[in-house]
Amino acid sequence: MAPLLAVEDLHVTFDSPTGVVEAVRGVSFTVGAGECVAVVGESGSGKSVTARTLVGLAGAGARVRAARLDLADRDVRSYRPRDWRRVRGRLAGLVTQDALVALDPLRTVGAEVGEVLAAHDIVGRRERAGRVVHLLDEVHVPEPGRRARQYPHQLSGGLRQRALIASAIAGEPALLIADEPTTALDVTVQAQILRLLAERRATGAGLLLISHDLAVVAQVADRVLVMRDGRIVEQGPTGRLLRAPQHPYTRQLLAAVPSASSRGRRLGEPAQVRDGCAVPVLRRTPLPARPVVRPDDAVLDAVGLTRRYGPHTVVRDVSFRVARGETLGLVGESGSGKSTIARLVAGLLAADAGTVTFESARWSGVPERTRRPLRRRLQLICQDPLGSFDPRYTVGRVVAENLDPGPDRTDRVLALLHRVGLGPDLLHRHPRSLSGGQRQRVAIARAIAPRPSLIICDEPVSALDVSIQAQVLDLLGELRAADGTALLFISHDLGVVHHLADRVLVLHDGVVVEQGPVGDVFSYPRHDHTRSLLDALPTLVTAG
Amino acid sequence: MSLLRAVARRVATGLVVWWAAATAAYLALLAAPGDTVDSIVGDGADTPQIRAQIIAEWGLDRPAVGQYLDYLWRLAGGDLGRSYLRQRPVAEVIGEQLAPTATLAVTAAGLGVLLAVTVAVGTAGRRRRWPRRVSSGVELLLVSTPSFLIGIVLLSVLSFRYGLFPVAGDQGPAALVLPAVTLALPIAGLLAQVLRDGLDRAWDEPFVLTARARGVRERTVLLRHALRHALLPAVTLAGWLFGILLGGAVIVEQVFGRPGLGQVTLNAVTSKDMPVVLAVVTLSAAGYVVVNTAADLTYLLVDPRLRRS
Repeated sequence: MAPLLAVEDLHVTFDSPTGVVEAVRGVSFTVGAGECVAVVGESGSGKSVTARTLVGLAGAGARVRAARLDLADRDVRSYRPRDWRRVRGRLAGLVTQDALVALDPLRTVGAEVGEVLAAHDIVGRRERAGRVVHLLDEVHVPEPGRRARQYPHQLSGGLRQRALIASAIAGEPALLIADEPTTALDVTVQAQILRLLAERRATGAGLLLISHDLAVVAQVADRVLVMRDGRIVEQGPTGRLLRAPQHPYTRQLLAAVPSASSRGRRLGEPAQVRDGCAVPVLRRTPLPARPVVRPDDAVLDAVGLTRRYGPHTVVRDVSFRVARGETLGLVGESGSGKSTIARLVAGLLAADAGTVTFESARWSGVPERTRRPLRRRLQLICQDPLGSFDPRYTVGRVVAENLDPGPDRTDRVLALLHRVGLGPDLLHRHPRSLSGGQRQRVAIARAIAPRPSLIICDEPVSALDVSIQAQVLDLLGELRAADGTALLFISHDLGVVHHLADRVLVLHDGVVVEQGPVGDVFSYPRHDHTRSLLDALPTLVTAG
Repeated sequence: MSLLRAVARRVATGLVVWWAAATAAYLALLAAPGDTVDSIVGDGADTPQIRAQIIAEWGLDRPAVGQYLDYLWRLAGGDLGRSYLRQRPVAEVIGEQLAPTATLAVTAAGLGVLLAVTVAVGTAGRRRRWPRRVSSGVELLLVSTPSFLIGIVLLSVLSFRYGLFPVAGDQGPAALVLPAVTLALPIAGLLAQVLRDGLDRAWDEPFVLTARARGVRERTVLLRHALRHALLPAVTLAGWLFGILLGGAVIVEQVFGRPGLGQVTLNAVTSKDMPVVLAVVTLSAAGYVVVNTAADLTYLLVDPRLRRS
């Protein structure tokens, strides 16, 4: 029997003002009925374009060429828009990227899910509402009747993703394509969504899973394809690919995933070797030794922090200390109060109760004028560096902003850029013309400029690809060792925290449920919430 | 409830706007050259006795501040006063001229919106490159052309040359066509630009991709998903639309010789007929407040995210 989906030598090119962009260059693979195939790659690898091409939505100005493109025994290469319309939702369902924005905010969830039923005339108008509720129930949405009448913004990220899946399976497509179905979701929700998608295989549907995260797809995929620069560099059964990766790029991807076993070692190549150079990493090289932590010498002391927004208490009686040179990890799901704590500590938000002491001086409840001399000792790195730069500033000016004026200021900026692995050619560039990794390096250069004693890092690597994330984490590890800087490292990613932090604080609904050395907390979790976070964490079982 | 509070706040702001507008108009007319008594005398007999009588009757000898407060007080009570020029209650003068202007404005607004939506939906999207360039150029031309010029061009071609429509007057629906089109075209031009821009932006949103991936027709996606998003910025222009209609009516009524508020206003301004001018300003301010409140409520209707319990 022919496979459900057969792709041979697929090319997709785009015309852009700067020339022709080859997004996909000769990709071949198959997906059988009841099979789950995962496509893994970093941004720009062409994985999303491949997914969209399979439903005829490659994008404006795309040119598609293939030796074979068969979907359920139909040759779809010569399909016109009208033909594609009958394929979409019926033969191939697409779960689009980023559930938080993939539903029309002006329409009810029920209307969105029911749209497929109307477009293909699957059930009559009368039965539609009933079928929508049934579909929502099928993807385990609690109270489906009430949810169908609500608008997307009234649903949590996980529920929106479920609704999106419900709308993709409403037409009972033979092939379900899911493009990054778990990005922007918490780990516990992520695990549920993956199980839900895997359930679809039982109905005989084929599943094509697109992701940047090897660990995520490894949990459910039968086979994995690794894509890079529009080509498949390696493919094989999941177990084999993870245990014995053949291609250097696959090995590099696997090595870049931070976890307990990578502690104290580099995740990628040394920072001097930059983007594009694929030096195979066979053995992890050690990072410089961690700074000496002096537990009795607290840089930051927070006692009983409480913050309310209206009737909601988002942070309740949170106390912690950060010792000089120590890295304290702060983990929790979205809405657990992580970012609020960061803003309370940074003095950007006033606490309703509790005190913060920084460098042995009162930091909370004092006028900003009193705080200002100490401000340079406490720096901030956030998830979206671009948003923290003045859009009119050049890289040089962004960094120089945090340095004392003087005739040698440009030299000092260049030295800082060098430390974070950026060349002098970037001095006059604008941050928006840089890649995500480069931008985060500029943010780090700015943060270390005044030699702070504490840097608050709020999800600094969450928006980055895994290999770029590895480079940035390595950089933070090096800088912390050289300068003895303490870090308050906020992340939803337990692997990252386990890799980098000395101690960890687990937050749940604004309350600290557990804290202690990372090894103890993650190996012997005492609180149920910590345990469920760890259980949901996708882990790679690899050889090295 | 928050909706009631929102409306109450709107009305309160509206009262301030109305007061500011009325005061500004009062001051402007006070500063303008010419004597009030001259305006009232007009072409009638002009003797010192008559002048004294007028001053006494209208209370023009009192201090300006007193007159101003008196004027505000009467206005708040709904009394628009008497026209200097016509020697009749202002409410009557405006009342009989309101209907033709309202007919013109409503027709023009409806026509403009209809044209704009049709053109925007027809030309939005990446594939239709040429139609959109042409319509974009025409829209720019319409927005930047003064409406009296559009009116004169329409008149000379359709009325003088082909005799399709009456040249002037207010007799029947045929006489309404050209004035309404003249007033509607600039509105349609700007609205179409805003709407198409909104449609294009909405077309790039992820939820549009989702809808297309469901197998929904492109036209349906455009009308059902993208148009509602594109309407939001257009609703903001409601206040501007009201202003254009009001200002445009003055000129269009002049060009086409139609009776209406425009004519009345123009005459009142040129002859310093203070009560009429002030009444028009007051009505306009009230109109603005009503239109903007309606726009705010439309927002709530279109965008469920703004409805907070």
